[in-house]
Amino acid sequence: MTVSLPDYLLLLLAMGAVTYIPRWAPVFFLSRRQLPQWLVDWLDLIPAAILSALLLPELVLRGDQRTFSMVEPELWVAVPTLLFAIKTRSLGGTVVVGMLLFWGAQKLL
Amino acid sequence: MALQSRSRRQQAEPSISTGFLRQGVEAAWPICLGYLPIGLAFGVLAQKAGLAPFEIGLMSLLVFAGSSQFIAVAMLSSGASLVTIVMTTFTVNLRHLLMSSALATYFKGHRRGKLSLFAYGITDESFAINWSRLKSGDWDLERAIVLNQTANLVWLASTILGGIGGQFIPAKAFGIDYALIAMFICLLVYQLSGAVYVLTAILAGGLAVILAVIWPGNGYIIAAAVMAATIGVVAKRRWLNNPAFGPSTGGEKR
Repeated sequence: MTVSLPDYLLLLLAMGAVTYIPRWAPVFFLSRRQLPQWLVDWLDLIPAAILSALLLPELVLRGDQRTFSMVEPELWVAVPTLLFAIKTRSLGGTVVVGMLLFWGAQKLL
Repeated sequence: MALQSRSRRQQAEPSISTGFLRQGVEAAWPICLGYLPIGLAFGVLAQKAGLAPFEIGLMSLLVFAGSSQFIAVAMLSSGASLVTIVMTTFTVNLRHLLMSSALATYFKGHRRGKLSLFAYGITDESFAINWSRLKSGDWDLERAIVLNQTANLVWLASTILGGIGGQFIPAKAFGIDYALIAMFICLLVYQLSGAVYVLTAILAGGLAVILAVIWPGNGYIIAAAVMAATIGVVAKRRWLNNPAFGPSTGGEKR
């Protein structure tokens, strides 16, 4: 490690602060205000948008170069996992089924 | 309104209030399953970069943000300046701003100390579970805090464990690498309760893939989500009278 312990502690405090403030400020301040309806509607769509924006690149982009690929096991395991989730709406079941399918896919490939 | 009055009743009845601990911990298990391999992997990496287990644990405790911890360790071993690492951490974790804003719509009038404690544990994963539980109406701030802290504890423990002896644990066992992806798939399905949500999700996913390819860094997550939700709101306003576009959910919360 190229940094001294005091420098490392300083780094952690700064990293902690810049991570905590975006987590804290909206829930702390916005929860006291009456938000306009358009903003409530917009925020209501944010979870669907952000979950999809986190998920899809994981399935179709490969490696640090983010090369587009349709043959990743992540993508093809996602199809039956998605169908299982739609059918059962069970979070625990979907996690277990997804893991087992991915495990099986890795054994086959 | 219904949410708040119920949570007050729970505080008054001790028999129910003991249940919030168990329920919060139970709801966290898919996150814990997913954090375990990532935390171990992070611990191994950090240990190879020369960090002692207590230094690894301190980072998990003070920062508690998986991807930025990986990036910070990689940047530390490549000799990047501390200011650069802090700025990178800030941009990588800025997406929590959106999640915290969305969660704020459910936490009107709660004590600010509790909200501050809750905010510490907002991650992609805890946000996704807390949001879907809050939306279904069987969740409150106390349970959300327990869920966040449970996930935090597992993250902390698994990163330290990885730093101590993670290289002896086999990677990829039982497809555990897929736990968080499968969790996100199911939590996304919970969100798709109308055509506006489906439209927004498809747009966000497509935009995220395109932006991630042409744009280095993690800015694509916020950019894609903001664009897709904006188009979604406009679409909802245009076709609000069309019953095919699902129920108006915005008004239920307050």
